[in-house]
Amino acid sequence: MRIIGFLIAVLMAGAAHGFEVEDHRHYPAQDEQTVLRVISTADLGVFEPVLLAFQTAHPDISIDYTVTGTSDLMAAIYDEGASFDVAISSAMDLQTKLANDGYAVRYEPTAIDLPEWANWRDQLFAFTQEPAVLVVSDAFFALDETPRNRDELIALLRESPQRFDGKIGTYDVRRSGFGYLMATQDSRNSEAFWRLMEVMGRLNARLYCCSSDMIRDVAEGRLALAYNVLGSYAAAQAADTPGFQIVEMSDFTNVMSRTALIPATVQNEQGAQAMIDFLLAYNQRPDLIDATGLPAIDSALFQSNTALRPIRFGPGLLVFLDQLKRASFLKNWESSLEQR
Amino acid sequence: MKPHGSIRRRLFFQLAGVAAILSLVFILVVRGVAERAAEGTQDDILTASATAIADSLRSEGGGVTLDLPYSALSMLGTINQDRVFYHVSVAGQTLTGYSDLPLPTAVPLVGARQLETLTYRGEEVRAVSVSRRVGPAINAATAVITVAQTRLGLEAISRQITLTATGVGLAFLLLATALSLWAANSALAPISRMTGSMTRRGPGDLRPVRAQTPEELVPLVEALNSFMGRLRASLSRTEDFITEAAHRVRTPLATVRAKAEITHRKLNKPEHKQAIREMIRAIDESSRSAGQMLDHAMVTFRADSLARDVLDLRALVNETCDRLDPTAELKDIAVDRHLPDQPVTIQGDGILLQAAMQNILDNAIKYSPAESDITVRLTGGDTIRLSITDQGRGFGGADPASVTKRYTRGSNVGDVVGSGLGLTIADEVARVHGGRLEISENTDGGGACVSLVF
Amino acid sequence: MRFLLIEDNMQLAANIVERLQLDGHAVDHADTLEAADDLIAVASFDLILLDIMLPDGDGRSFLEKHRQARERTPVIVVTARSAVSDRVGLLDLGADDYITKPFDFSELEARCRAVLRRQGGAADNQKSFANTTLDSASAELRFGGQAIALRNRELRVLEVFFNAPGQVFSKSHLMDRLFSLSDEASENAIEVYVGRLRKRLEGSGAKIETVRGLGYRMVAV
Repeated sequence: MRIIGFLIAVLMAGAAHGFEVEDHRHYPAQDEQTVLRVISTADLGVFEPVLLAFQTAHPDISIDYTVTGTSDLMAAIYDEGASFDVAISSAMDLQTKLANDGYAVRYEPTAIDLPEWANWRDQLFAFTQEPAVLVVSDAFFALDETPRNRDELIALLRESPQRFDGKIGTYDVRRSGFGYLMATQDSRNSEAFWRLMEVMGRLNARLYCCSSDMIRDVAEGRLALAYNVLGSYAAAQAADTPGFQIVEMSDFTNVMSRTALIPATVQNEQGAQAMIDFLLAYNQRPDLIDATGLPAIDSALFQSNTALRPIRFGPGLLVFLDQLKRASFLKNWESSLEQR
Repeated sequence: MKPHGSIRRRLFFQLAGVAAILSLVFILVVRGVAERAAEGTQDDILTASATAIADSLRSEGGGVTLDLPYSALSMLGTINQDRVFYHVSVAGQTLTGYSDLPLPTAVPLVGARQLETLTYRGEEVRAVSVSRRVGPAINAATAVITVAQTRLGLEAISRQITLTATGVGLAFLLLATALSLWAANSALAPISRMTGSMTRRGPGDLRPVRAQTPEELVPLVEALNSFMGRLRASLSRTEDFITEAAHRVRTPLATVRAKAEITHRKLNKPEHKQAIREMIRAIDESSRSAGQMLDHAMVTFRADSLARDVLDLRALVNETCDRLDPTAELKDIAVDRHLPDQPVTIQGDGILLQAAMQNILDNAIKYSPAESDITVRLTGGDTIRLSITDQGRGFGGADPASVTKRYTRGSNVGDVVGSGLGLTIADEVARVHGGRLEISENTDGGGACVSLVF
Repeated sequence: MRFLLIEDNMQLAANIVERLQLDGHAVDHADTLEAADDLIAVASFDLILLDIMLPDGDGRSFLEKHRQARERTPVIVVTARSAVSDRVGLLDLGADDYITKPFDFSELEARCRAVLRRQGGAADNQKSFANTTLDSASAELRFGGQAIALRNRELRVLEVFFNAPGQVFSKSHLMDRLFSLSDEASENAIEVYVGRLRKRLEGSGAKIETVRGLGYRMVAV
């Protein structure tokens, strides 16, 4: 399926890219004046309602939507200089690097009903807040057995290695920018992360590129649990797929924001700005929040649930993108996970 | 007097000018200090960041490696949203970071820092470089760490400070300008007070100024007082002199005149009598001229600062007529007074008004034939009119306006003693009281009608 | 009339005295205020002529003292100062009138007459001759139960005749009485006035007759 979809997308795009295109769709406008080319890491299934709502508001703008992975999106813009009007990604660190290194243009949005942290340098705009969660399979866990924090999880995994061997999934941080972001943030927040990675390595954890695959495997019972899954996707899938639970860790739960920026290679700047304004008003569209399952920005949530650790924009996000830092992090990660 | 400059304006402009300069200095100083402080803060954070990176350098397996500390970059994001760049090189080779970030022009000494402002990726950045020796002591290499940050936050802070300082400076300027105006006015208030008290003085008031005087005005007031003292002395000397001169001249004249009358009585030959009469006429003429000239001088003097007493014109008319009745009687001239029952009030100088009436009436009596009538008629209302009508010879067709000119007399009065100042005096008195003198021929019975109209 | 003249200039005083005597008045002269006080103490006067500048004091102080003593004798001030402003002060101090040097004696006489009239008249203001009485105060001629009002100049001419009935007065003498010396007048005017007076006297006991070549005189009918 995926390969066929990929091939179709490549054919439709009619151009060869160095980056991997996961999906692509063109939304022609009723009265097309301009085309807005969006590169995004959000799956079409999740993001389509937003695109359609945008077109309702701007019936003269056709949307050319390209789905790719976070690392590929980075590579497309940073290394290949591909031309897009809007880039939407869940990897805040990579987006930050794009903005910091001068690959984004400035725009002063008209919407102002957002917390200050949601806007970095008028270049980077956050419009969702999505936790990284643990997804556990109903088939493996009784209700009272579900681990509520990392220490409990480690203890559980150590208790019964045979039960979980090969039944644990997490991101392959080498391939997924989002996975890398979550892993590095985990490593900053708690020493428990490395112990967890050690345990997972011993249990022959399976590595994934995408949240949706992990959720599917958990739901279908192939995995007992998946760690650091994108909570929004899990919640969306839980609505029509039974068989798994979503656990927000009570010691801490990283919360990342999906961000949009206007690349320096923008051609339809006006359309791009309209899209940014539209996305920043996302928290006033409960219909869209329902349809996509992507939680909108809500600062009050961090007041009520202190376990939530929002990832904030800033040069700190650049640290783990440092070549040496990344290399040494991946070396540690690999030596923890790949103990074969 | 045409003023030459204004102390108030000069004082105001000088004070306001000083305030403006102070405001400007304040704005510049505040901006300078604040900008330097902000710059210093950025430099210090960049140094701290670079030092943190330097501290994380370690040698590993013969090479140098770096575990970039999270705080080294995250600290740069705490005060602003500026872009951050860094570069670490060891022995001239890029270890990590932005390899195109320009190296410092000179390698800083260990423990020192190198500050530079340069342009990178299209924006002005502030770069701080520090150096470290890494590796084993024998072949230690020099590592240079450069951390750079754009200065948009700094510019925003600078803009904000400039705006605030300018606002405060302008507010200060406005306040200072208002205060300058007040100060200039209040500094000059004593002068206004003195001017007021001088203006309110009567024409003859030459007493020294006794008002409370600020120190700076004391010399002026003393000079004024001394001047007024001299003026008073001079005036009283002049008055005494005139009085004395009048006395000295008039008394012998009186003697001569009396003697002449006696002689006239004793002489029998008509030609001798005629000679004496001519002598007496000459005496009368000179004495009358002298009198009118003194009157005229008095009118000029008193008109400068006119008294504003409330007077009933009827009383003045009655007094004047009483005074001149005996003279009229000598020629069997009847002076008929027509006065209203209600008081006719006027604000003015009674002595001047009386002088005017006396001159007009005296003229009328002089130029009237014996056994004729003179009518004095006073009417009140909005316009006050005092007409004196005689049955004399009139002005003989002369221009009525010209007879009020000094020393001009009617063309037909050569045989009557007079100086020609009488109507001039009346005219001037009328004018200083905001009125006028009207002269016309008496329509019934010939003669003249002279009116004072207020 | 009896005058008291207070004047320090002896020459002027002598002339005034002589001139007033010519008109038949009695004049006492004092050259100081002290002398004046002495005279006032012993005699009574119809009128005081006061010079305002005197060696032993200002005439004003005399006026004040005079008024305080409730003396009724009128005072006419003779002054060398002519300004209107001076006059006000003098009248306020109690002078009845004033006259400026040099003065016309007919004007002085007119002023005296006016002052006396205001006061109620001098004692000897009535003269009678041949059933006919001349009242100077009321300017009336009375005879046979009738009173005839006289004009000022008529009165003055009649006074000359009544002061010396039967005496002949020249035209020029009468003219001097009638006209101020600064007036131009011809002797014909006298004939006009004499003509008028003859009419006034018709029916009385007196008449004015012409003495050819000499003048006129008043005689009984």
